[in-house]
Amino acid sequence: MEWEVVIGLETHTQLQTKTKIFSGASTAFGSEPNTQACVVSLAFPGVLPVLNQEAVKCAIKFGLAVNAEIAPRSVFARKNYFYPDLPKGYQISQYELPVVGKGSMTIQVGNGDKAYEKVINITRAHLEEDAGKSVHGAQEGMSGIDLNRAGTPLLEIVTEPDMRSAAEAVAYAKKLHDLVQWIGICDGNMQEGSFRCDVNVSVRPKGSDKLGTRREIKNLNSFKFMQQAIEYETSWQIETLEDGGTIQQSTVLFNPDTGETRAMRSKEEANDYRYFPDPDLLPLAISESDISKVKADMPELPEAMKARFEAQYGLAHYDANALTSSRGTANYFVATVDAGSDAKLAANWVMGSVSAKLNAEDKEISESPISPNALASLIKRIQDGTISNNAAKQVFEAMWADEGDADSIIESKGLKQVSDSGAIEAIVDEVLAANAAMVEEFKAGKEKAFNALVGQAMKASKGKANPAQVNEILKKKLGG
Amino acid sequence: MINKSLKQLGAMLQGKEISSVEMTQEFLNRIDRLNPEINAFITLDKDKTLAQAKHADSLLAAGKGTALTGLPIGQKDIFVAKGWRTTCGSKMLETFIGPYDADIIERFDCVGAVNLGKTNMDEFAMGSSNETSYYGKVQNPWDRSRVPGGSSGGSAAAVAARLCAAATGTDTGGSIRQPASLCGLSGLKPTYGLASRFGMIAFASSLDQSGPMAKSCEDMALMMNVLTGFDKRDSTSLNREKEDYARDLNKPLAGLKVGLPKEYFSEGLGADVAKVVNEAIAEYKKLGAQIVDISLPNTKLSIPVYYVLAPAEASSNLSRFDGVRYGHRAKEHGDLMDMYCKSRAEGFGAEVKRRILIGAYVLSAGYYDAYYIKAQQIRRLIAQDFENAFKQCDIIMGPTAPSTAFKAGEKADDPVAMYLQDIYTIAVNLAGLPGMSIPAGFAPSDDGKRLPVGLQIIGNYFDEARMLNAGHAYQQVTDWHSQMPEGIE
Repeated sequence: MEWEVVIGLETHTQLQTKTKIFSGASTAFGSEPNTQACVVSLAFPGVLPVLNQEAVKCAIKFGLAVNAEIAPRSVFARKNYFYPDLPKGYQISQYELPVVGKGSMTIQVGNGDKAYEKVINITRAHLEEDAGKSVHGAQEGMSGIDLNRAGTPLLEIVTEPDMRSAAEAVAYAKKLHDLVQWIGICDGNMQEGSFRCDVNVSVRPKGSDKLGTRREIKNLNSFKFMQQAIEYETSWQIETLEDGGTIQQSTVLFNPDTGETRAMRSKEEANDYRYFPDPDLLPLAISESDISKVKADMPELPEAMKARFEAQYGLAHYDANALTSSRGTANYFVATVDAGSDAKLAANWVMGSVSAKLNAEDKEISESPISPNALASLIKRIQDGTISNNAAKQVFEAMWADEGDADSIIESKGLKQVSDSGAIEAIVDEVLAANAAMVEEFKAGKEKAFNALVGQAMKASKGKANPAQVNEILKKKLGG
Repeated sequence: MINKSLKQLGAMLQGKEISSVEMTQEFLNRIDRLNPEINAFITLDKDKTLAQAKHADSLLAAGKGTALTGLPIGQKDIFVAKGWRTTCGSKMLETFIGPYDADIIERFDCVGAVNLGKTNMDEFAMGSSNETSYYGKVQNPWDRSRVPGGSSGGSAAAVAARLCAAATGTDTGGSIRQPASLCGLSGLKPTYGLASRFGMIAFASSLDQSGPMAKSCEDMALMMNVLTGFDKRDSTSLNREKEDYARDLNKPLAGLKVGLPKEYFSEGLGADVAKVVNEAIAEYKKLGAQIVDISLPNTKLSIPVYYVLAPAEASSNLSRFDGVRYGHRAKEHGDLMDMYCKSRAEGFGAEVKRRILIGAYVLSAGYYDAYYIKAQQIRRLIAQDFENAFKQCDIIMGPTAPSTAFKAGEKADDPVAMYLQDIYTIAVNLAGLPGMSIPAGFAPSDDGKRLPVGLQIIGNYFDEARMLNAGHAYQQVTDWHSQMPEGIE
């Protein structure tokens, strides 16, 4: 039987606010345990939550970015359960009425000819507080509790079960990861837990419109693990069903060491969270004017920028898409163009050499040793014929190694292109004289011989001759 | 001195007849003498108290004194106070020292009032007799064998026994008004949102409100001026302009339309209480009030609604007492779940456990709609009853409690009988309205004691000044409020 996998994601994004969602304690990562836990974070008797309006702005920004309904009235609810890292014995979240309603995102899946676009529907996004952390092993026989993270604002973003492969799920997660950083609501740091995904996976016979029983893979903090976990989980479910078994709805964890998923607890035994509206907080009211204010502060969104790149710079859809994959890349590209570079050349360089180098060195574009201005000055030397494309690659390498600016490297390495037609003619004449056999071959109709002659001429000029001129002069001489 | 009002005591301080340290010491001496039996105060810290008094004296000497500067006030032990043990009447918090000041503590501190000590209360404010306190029951100064009411029973007994000039209380379903009624005091629960709940240990967040307990309405107005006001640390605090609650005290009552809800004068009301309340209403007629018959048809639903909503909120509010960060932790325990279970089993008393169980039940999947949602719907109907009533009258009057103070132990094993103590007070909390109880006279007990009876006055939202006006006018022509129990000299 042919199977189809159905995937939906719930992503917890930590919002980049200075203080916690319901108190004035700092949200900075990595401090000494419990140094960022005020009486509210510690849930002392008598303390009360006060909503951080910056977190609300983040939620509105996200709603705008995915064209979602932003609720004029949403409600904070208490999710009740006992756990040592949950100081109040309940988590303040949103349940029945979330701040962000239905929206959507378009993702690109795959590369080259197999690439396709797909719309992923967002079900909702809601504000809630993060829990603290249990620290095991710090003291013999004891568990410690660090409440620095307790109360950090989260936006939980939930999709419809719209994805049909691990590749689609990962493409969505990456796109979301880019987007939340693009609009500046999340630092995207997956190691520190700023962006964590829970993936719901089920399988069904292809063609069926009934959903199978799902299992939820919790807390995936890398795209690689997500891919592996979904692939493992999918084949596990298919095998289980094909062996005549059934799937129990449950929560599973992915073990990166074994590459396997394993059930953590069955949903049937799960807590009854006894949700009810938090009487300490008024319903969250968001007016049209609140939304307009946030809108005015919104950066140009990737979709709009992509369309603009295509129209304004004549870039291909694929290129425009790649350049708007992150705000950093897009800004770098625009700055390069603004510094005088030809747009198409800039696009090629940013997507080519620059991104290859960054990938190889595992760097962000903000860490590139070559600034957009510096890159533009290099590209301008290609545009004005000072150097050839080949020479430009050498200059780029040297610039990356911080050996100086484009002009000084061209000068010191003697890479300036020869464009003096007299000098080139002299070289061509020498080459023709020295390679009579090749000339004969060409005249006999062997087109390849022409390229060999160009190569000889370039070699004779030590690569400095302007290739276009070499071509032109050679053609004239041979044809003449 | 002990029977003087806050206003009179304040004048003595301002006139340098006595210092705050001397006055405070006098009340501390009375506490030393009477409190071992009455048990109104559960935590004293004389050094802190006298240091505050000394500071107040310096303010007074510098001419920086205001109405309450230097006056010793009892603070209900539900309010967290920095450096003070704060127990909320529970074993759970037996050793808990407040790490910060509640808004109300801060406000009294700011005007130089003196914190005389922390008063006894029903555990987590759950009770109507002060018998659920882990720190022992409180005697009613009018008859030591009877309860003072609750949950602010310690504050009520402290003021009635003249152990302090006034005290603070909190009222979730009648916890200021019912003990005020049973102890012959004036007590006021303000409109929900006027007083900050920051630092007040939560029982039922949507109902809890703090307020004054004092001898007279005039004194309550002075306290209201201090304890109300916007607090950004409480999201349900109302951002309104400050008002002077004493401004209308002396307005004539002619033409005041007083509504009498027929449901408050029907079955369940003790005849002795009815008699006193009716006499008080006759007095209001003499003062020029116009009596209007009204109806609050959903009154009988207020107790079942309250006993769904308040426990629901409480069950969640009390989850933080888990033995992890502070409070009682069982000495012997196995794994984490066992630690939770034993700590809470040992730390909470029976009434608190009962309400946590009720609350968890009504919120659980499958029951939520039938109980919690339904109760919220009826809560709106109850508020509408008042809305309609206030179209016909300016103010509502009736009994505060159905009976006078009952004997200790009399209702302790019958929770439903205990819950009925709040039949006339609970609807006010559900609607978020202001409610007040003032002494209206005495009813004789079977054993020949004089037991105080309270008249309840319910106002429309933010109508506290008018309520205090009505109460003050009555207290100008009666002296119930200045009578003292015997045996406290």
